[in-house]
Amino acid sequence: MSAFLDALFFQAGYNAALVAVGAALLGFAAGAGGSFLFLRNRALVSDAVAHATLPGVGLAFIVMVALGGDGRALIGLLAGSAISAWIGLLAVEWMVRRTRLSEDAAIGAVLSTFFGLGVVLLTVIQGMSRGRQAGLEDFLLGSTAGMLLQDALLIAGGGLLVVTAIWLLRRPMTLVAFDPAFAAARGVDVRRIDLAMMAVVLAVTVVGLKLVGLILIVALLIIPPVTARFWADRAERVVWIAGVIGGLSGWVGAALSATAPALPTGPIIVLVATGLFVVSLLFSPTRGVTAAMIARRAFQTRVHRRQGLLALARNEPIHDRLTLRILRAEGLLRGDGVATEDGQAACARIARDERRWSVARRLHKDTALTGRYDGLTPIDDVFTADEITWIDTHMLAGGSA
Amino acid sequence: MGAEFVQFSLTPILIGIFAAIACALPGNFLILRRQALIGDAISHVVLPGIVVAFLITGVVATWPMLMGAAAAALVAVFLIEVVRRMGKIEPGAAMGVVFTSLFAGGVLLLEQSDTSSVHLDVEHALMGNLEQLIWLRAEGWGSLLDPVALSYLPPELLRMAVAAALIGALTWLFWRPLKLSSFDEGFARALGLPVRTIGLGLVTAAAVAAVAAFDAVGSIIVIAMFICPPAAARLITNHLGRQVGWSLVFAVLSAILGYVFAGYGPLWLGASNSVSAAGMVAAVAGVILLLACLFGPARHRVGVAAGS
Repeated sequence: MSAFLDALFFQAGYNAALVAVGAALLGFAAGAGGSFLFLRNRALVSDAVAHATLPGVGLAFIVMVALGGDGRALIGLLAGSAISAWIGLLAVEWMVRRTRLSEDAAIGAVLSTFFGLGVVLLTVIQGMSRGRQAGLEDFLLGSTAGMLLQDALLIAGGGLLVVTAIWLLRRPMTLVAFDPAFAAARGVDVRRIDLAMMAVVLAVTVVGLKLVGLILIVALLIIPPVTARFWADRAERVVWIAGVIGGLSGWVGAALSATAPALPTGPIIVLVATGLFVVSLLFSPTRGVTAAMIARRAFQTRVHRRQGLLALARNEPIHDRLTLRILRAEGLLRGDGVATEDGQAACARIARDERRWSVARRLHKDTALTGRYDGLTPIDDVFTADEITWIDTHMLAGGSA
Repeated sequence: MGAEFVQFSLTPILIGIFAAIACALPGNFLILRRQALIGDAISHVVLPGIVVAFLITGVVATWPMLMGAAAAALVAVFLIEVVRRMGKIEPGAAMGVVFTSLFAGGVLLLEQSDTSSVHLDVEHALMGNLEQLIWLRAEGWGSLLDPVALSYLPPELLRMAVAAALIGALTWLFWRPLKLSSFDEGFARALGLPVRTIGLGLVTAAAVAAVAAFDAVGSIIVIAMFICPPAAARLITNHLGRQVGWSLVFAVLSAILGYVFAGYGPLWLGASNSVSAAGMVAAVAGVILLLACLFGPARHRVGVAAGS
């Protein structure tokens, strides 16, 4: 535990601190950047982008070796991956625009083809004399072992750049993510903003390659926004909450993985994010499973209470167990099934409510108001006191108007 | 094309062909239903499945691993539904959450368990070992009639052939309901077809194909074959029967050309090492799709003018 706390507060050594800062920044950038994709219902485009980086990495290595270099320079590899991911992205766009294939088919096609090509290039590199120790497989799952200061600075700088870009473009990107047609009507160039969104995702992917690898970076782009959606209904808030969730996952995950050798950074970061997602799914106050269950239970209670009291008012026997339990728990019904004094009062009130409703629905002209009758809503919630007096007059007059 | 071909190339090519067919058949319907990426999701969760199977049984054996992969695929499909319904999240994002989480769990389990002594790693699950499925006992084409030599065929060949035949039979058997529910789910429901069961059955068939194939050919081929050949075929014709036919042609073509290019291509170019067959098959499938995108007679959306 203390090892974890040390790592969490950057006391576990220089390298671990670097990784933690880099992971937090990357997580923030990924969460915020991924939100726009998620709100635009295109979350899985990031999957295509991530897999399309692989051939670029391989080609960059081959080119750098051919030029007499080491081939392992991170900046070169990342530049290569950015170029091939951009090509992959344009390929998805082009296929969706120019052919009748749907976006998911285009994503899958680009993803598998580029990844296949990347694997071919990896085997080519393994055959090269300089390629044996290339370690390019690390880009599949990420690796923080042997991360250099300049690598960490690259990741941190890249993350910062992405966050700045998101900040600058937040207005048009929110608009497009929320309602593309409205954005177009307002004069926003939707296609260009879409591409900017993609550029943000691509930057996150490229920066994250070294740390979490191309398969798991997708998780950092998707899970935090989905999680954030449970806590906010405003697009702008979703973006920043997603950023915080991503950053938190990166930071805590990196710290956790620093505590033991067999805890790979990428998967741990993703699993921390997944943990936050599960907690949100279960306990979000507005959209969570627990909240939904409580709301359902409350609704059920209201229905059973009202129907039970109506049955009592009509002197009908109640058989439903739940109804009996609810009425007894409120002290409206005695053990032998006879209403208490409170119960009789409640019965009378509910019966009067029903009679008022039936008169109101017959006589009142405004269907927007009378249409709110659902057998549950008290009439006092819908009509003013004056109107209810008017209804009562008609009711006493025998309902004939 | 002599003994050497039978020994080293015949069985991998056949296995590749069967795998391609088994994946391309359900892929046709998945594409029409806009569920193309379910194959991608399934092939990611295969990893945690085989790792858990290994941790339970302690051996790297075929059947436990296949069972584990199949179980993981079903769990993933179930979880995607749960997240989608309970969280009210769009299907793509729900899929993304589930398969990446499970994959991360698989990698973590793999690192935690002592699998260094056995042949079980991420790269194997991704890339398969198509090149190693050779038939050493063969001495030439005549060995195809020799029962002793035949008994030394790689077991993956029979398994993949059975899987392909099973998927083919199921497609033929359920052709009409599949077709109806893929094109017009509302109409299919009005006819009284169990639309949800059909959808679930299709996904299960896809999972069976993916699981049977990943061990021999790796996840890359599985994803590529689910999507590229059917997508290319969809750009060729408007007729579902012909689309399925074309997709099979493209799948078989990718498997053969991919293997040949991977094995002999580098030699033609003067290099000495062959390259990954799995990667090459996927790449060839992508090139076929690219050609279909450029020249396929049915490539445009109906009602959209060419070039717009």
